[in-house]
Amino acid sequence: MSGASASGGWIGATPHRVEDETLLRGRGRFIDDLSPVPGAMHLALVRSPFAHARIRGIDTSAAAASPGTLAVLTGADLAATGRPLGAVIRGATEHHAVAVDVARYAGEPVAVVVARDRYLAEDAAELVDVDYEPLEALVDPLAAAEAGRVVSDRSFRYGDPEAAFAAAHALVRGRFPFGRWIAAPVECFGVIADWDHAADSLTVWANFQGPFTLHTVAAGALGLPAARLRLVTPPDSGGSFGVKAGVFGYIVLAGLTSKICGVPVRWIEDRVEHLAASGSATHRVTDVEAAFAADGELLALRYDVIEDVGAYLRAPEPATLYRMHGSLTGAYAVHNVAVRNRVVHTNRCPTGLNRGFGGPQLYLALERIMERGAARLGLDPVEVARRNLVPPEAFPYRTPTGGLYDSGDYAACLDDAIEAVDYEGLRRRQAERRAGGDDRLRLGIGLACVVEPSISNMGYISLAETAEERARGWPKSGNAEGATLAMNPLGGVTVRLSTVPQGQGHRTVAAQVAADVLGLSPADVEVQSEMDTHVNAWTVSSGNYSSRFAGIGAAAVAEAAAQLARKLRRIAGDVLECAPADVELVDGQARVVGQPDRGVSLRRLAGAAHWNPESLPAGLEPGLAVTAFVSAPNLDPPNDADEVASSAAHGFVVDVAVVEVDIATGEVRILDYVTVHDAGTLLHPRLVDGQILGSFAHGLGPALLEQTVHDDDGNLLTGSFMDYLCATSTEVADLRILHRCTPSPFTPLGAKGLGEGNTMSAPAALANAVCDALGLDGPDLPLTAPRVWEALAGAGGREGS
Amino acid sequence: MSDHREIAVTVNGRRYREAASDRMLLSDFLRQRLGLTGTHVGCEHGVCGSCTVHLEGAAVRSCLLLAAQADGTELRTVEGLASGDRLHPLQEAFREHFALQCGFCTPGILMAALDFLAHNPTPTRREIAEMLSGHLCRCTGYAPIIDAIAAVAGTGTTPEVTS
Amino acid sequence: MKPPPFRYVRPDSLEEALALLATHGDEAKVLAGGCSLVPMLNMRLARPEVLVDVNRVGGLAEVRADNGDVTTGAMLRQSAFERSPQLRGALPLTAACAPYIGHFVTRNRGTVGGSLAHADARGELPLVLLTLGGSVLAESRRGRRSIAAEDLFLYHFTSALEPDELLTDVRWPAAAPGWGYGFAEMAQRHGDYALAMAACALRRRDGVVAEVRLGLGAVADRPLLAGEAAGVLVGQSLDGAAGDEAVREAASLAAAAAQPFEDLHASVAYRRQLVSLLSEQVIRQGWLDADDRAGEGGP
Repeated sequence: MSGASASGGWIGATPHRVEDETLLRGRGRFIDDLSPVPGAMHLALVRSPFAHARIRGIDTSAAAASPGTLAVLTGADLAATGRPLGAVIRGATEHHAVAVDVARYAGEPVAVVVARDRYLAEDAAELVDVDYEPLEALVDPLAAAEAGRVVSDRSFRYGDPEAAFAAAHALVRGRFPFGRWIAAPVECFGVIADWDHAADSLTVWANFQGPFTLHTVAAGALGLPAARLRLVTPPDSGGSFGVKAGVFGYIVLAGLTSKICGVPVRWIEDRVEHLAASGSATHRVTDVEAAFAADGELLALRYDVIEDVGAYLRAPEPATLYRMHGSLTGAYAVHNVAVRNRVVHTNRCPTGLNRGFGGPQLYLALERIMERGAARLGLDPVEVARRNLVPPEAFPYRTPTGGLYDSGDYAACLDDAIEAVDYEGLRRRQAERRAGGDDRLRLGIGLACVVEPSISNMGYISLAETAEERARGWPKSGNAEGATLAMNPLGGVTVRLSTVPQGQGHRTVAAQVAADVLGLSPADVEVQSEMDTHVNAWTVSSGNYSSRFAGIGAAAVAEAAAQLARKLRRIAGDVLECAPADVELVDGQARVVGQPDRGVSLRRLAGAAHWNPESLPAGLEPGLAVTAFVSAPNLDPPNDADEVASSAAHGFVVDVAVVEVDIATGEVRILDYVTVHDAGTLLHPRLVDGQILGSFAHGLGPALLEQTVHDDDGNLLTGSFMDYLCATSTEVADLRILHRCTPSPFTPLGAKGLGEGNTMSAPAALANAVCDALGLDGPDLPLTAPRVWEALAGAGGREGS
Repeated sequence: MSDHREIAVTVNGRRYREAASDRMLLSDFLRQRLGLTGTHVGCEHGVCGSCTVHLEGAAVRSCLLLAAQADGTELRTVEGLASGDRLHPLQEAFREHFALQCGFCTPGILMAALDFLAHNPTPTRREIAEMLSGHLCRCTGYAPIIDAIAAVAGTGTTPEVTS
Repeated sequence: MKPPPFRYVRPDSLEEALALLATHGDEAKVLAGGCSLVPMLNMRLARPEVLVDVNRVGGLAEVRADNGDVTTGAMLRQSAFERSPQLRGALPLTAACAPYIGHFVTRNRGTVGGSLAHADARGELPLVLLTLGGSVLAESRRGRRSIAAEDLFLYHFTSALEPDELLTDVRWPAAAPGWGYGFAEMAQRHGDYALAMAACALRRRDGVVAEVRLGLGAVADRPLLAGEAAGVLVGQSLDGAAGDEAVREAASLAAAAAQPFEDLHASVAYRRQLVSLLSEQVIRQGWLDADDRAGEGGP
């Protein structure tokens, strides 16, 4: 369980997590455990009960007189001192932290109560009298497109799709809606804000997760130069899966409230608020058309996508739509693609990051259409997939949309998966059951082959604008990360990360990486993961998203450690009277290569650097602290042909789901589920499997149970955990995980991100399996028992009727 | 808050006497009045299980209890599981099996699992899963948690906790 | 999600509790396990002026057996039905439904009386009490009365208890020789409120059904007895083709008797389908269970 890996290094080993003991003892420090400033007042928010309403007036007098209440602020009060939240696309509906004049989704903040404690604040919030004039609400994305509430409408063409469609042997098309679902970390949002009037600056503690592009957006809305917004994250965060990027709007809300009231304030979101207003994945409706040759070759794809981002285009949206742009062809070597992307406003909560981020929606459409194509051609879906997979000799492989796939052996992964489930045997069993008498329990097999991009190119979002529009602004690209590493006078090492972990174990892995480079044990390396924008080394792309830690976050640690190691070798070379290149760092020693007896302890070298800088080799800068930045290669801004390498690394995932559907009840039981991953070098295989298990559960949720549902008037029907059905231990199936390893040539450690792949693949694999079992195209996700049964009933297959 | 009353409780063997309003939830009392922030609040409607503590030896949701109801009782929270340097065997098993990631749901699950094992020392995996279905974890996919609980089940290492 | 202000009172005796309820009537709410009431308080959907906590009223959690009945105090925790060998033996149907009531931790706190007084149309215990033909005792300063399960559940979240009454005891007809039981429900996740459920108590004599009660839950505004469906089973053997036919007919009558509603989760048609399947299942369970018991050498 602990100890170095077989190769002798710490990378690839599976030490216990350094995070665990504190958390297991209940000594974690989450946002609501902190009291960083004395006297913080508590906030409660008044939220719109209507999905769309004009705010004719707000009477705050009764609330202001409520016991323990310091102030009651309206959207107008905040707008008078702040600015709107900046959006990625010009022309999006103006968005304030608290609604001004019009509320555009049920749950939107319309007033802020500041009181001595949360109980009293909620009492006062009930007394805020808002005069609403309800307006017509738009809920359905298709209706929104028809009504012209389109924020962005872009068409793309790669290769020659028209010719390919004209020459096709078979055309298949389908519409695949993917409804809203939420990340629902068990810890909700929290913000503590302290405006310093003397310095005209704001310090905020928040369980924000990045990206720190949103620090810039928040500073703008607060009317502050970025250097006067100090954002600190707590040592621990209770999960995020993307959604805590959305905390930035509340940083603005709490910051302005603190400024106006002249007191520090504290807002801890409750679960009802979270379900209504924190943010969900987009609701996407994808019409997809695929052209096939008779032998199963995929000739062309055409997508027509309508993406509901909710009432406002909250940054970084419409990123959900463009995150996968370089991977629109998935794992398949197809050269002709046509795309139309429309982003629409509805009267629902603004959307945002959610694990998988655009992948689940894309792959549901792509993998379902591949399965339909196989059915149309009378071929086995596995054969059709194999016929089209990008071949191993093609890497690095440039996709038609501009993606650059780094490495992989997709067919080998598919073979592993097929063998693991005994695919042939399953098909035989399926045929036998179909031939047999009792057909109440139907067997289905579903395949999904997905390319899992990681380390997002900050530039892909600008695809929402045309090349001409982009030319007017600054080009954006890359994905840089920094880390700071220092050696203290006794030879111990501290690392400071800007990757804002939310449970992934970054501190454990960073210690492994630094230990390997410096010839230490992870126990010698103390890692801090609190982000403090006044202290840490960060860039706008810092943070915890797009599975970027293994590929780029850990690489920044490795680079900082390598720079420190170079310095230590120079000092050691001087002491040992050899060339620095002949010094190796092993077991806490600097030794002459090949002469294990000639060495000096790092402790002694560190002591010299700290206590006796005069002894350092001439020209060597004193001090043993290094800050290093790395950026993933190949991530250029989109070119004039709208091609973009939207991510730096690309893992590969093959899922095979085996299900049994009880057609009398519609229940879907997962009999077997195998996933084969190629995520390059695995830095800590146990943490890798943990990410895969969590990612699978996160995809199984919207596949089988989870959906955020609004009625036609925009009222939220899934406003509590009684109605929003998070997958629990009795619903999440056992997962069998297999690995292959093709290191990435593009990341310093050869590692690829892997925390999102199964969230992308599981909905597609499960949908394919259920459709295979039923011989039907529906129903839409989630595949709950009642919905499956209704789909059968609609198809005339209802039992006993 | 009006109607302040003194609440006397014993938590993890230590006596406390602190004020609370009639309506103060036990979860808030533990966290805000006693500073025992290991008990987490995730939903305040009894579903997520993060706030689970022991009241007179039985696992309960502290968000579904008033502080006033706990007056005069004995409570145990996650902070009371380890003895000194030594983690409780169940905590050790969680570490060994990588059964936590963000760790926010973990205290509640530990408290529930201990009570569960006291009543059912040798559960099947299915029984563990059914118990665990009263707790939300969004990180782990649950399997490592079931592994950890199964690992200590039947080892005779759990009763010390419920004694 | 913090409760609105209220006054909390914690009587130690039944007399004291009844006096408080007499004084405050409608303005008071009885706090038992709190599994349903406290979420409603936290969401500010309930706003009692006074909360009467009966958790420390003595003598409300006792179990007595007499005259073929088992009487459980209202404050008995739901987990007792799973854990007590005595209760498992005497009340097999109640024990069978217990694992479906919420979750392990909530059953530690949730009470039998609270569950019945709450009268949730989706509650397992109301369905089982109705199916067994049990009753409750309600006490107030005006006196004490017995309310049969048939009369207790008026509609969703509303029982026949008066505001000044406290449910003190629950009388469960105990398992007797010749009787068999079945319970089944379908929920989207383990521990969720069921989309539909069914319970059956069946007496078997001379190879045929002598007596049977079939209860349906979560498919109307209160638990229902499917009397007509039960009627077609009486006098029938449930073995063989004729038995299959009778069970199918009963199930289809049960589905017709249900008055389900459509909500976010499921349609009326789906719930009726479940009623039919679950009814079939519990009738068969009851028949086989009765057979097993007869084999144990009953009278």
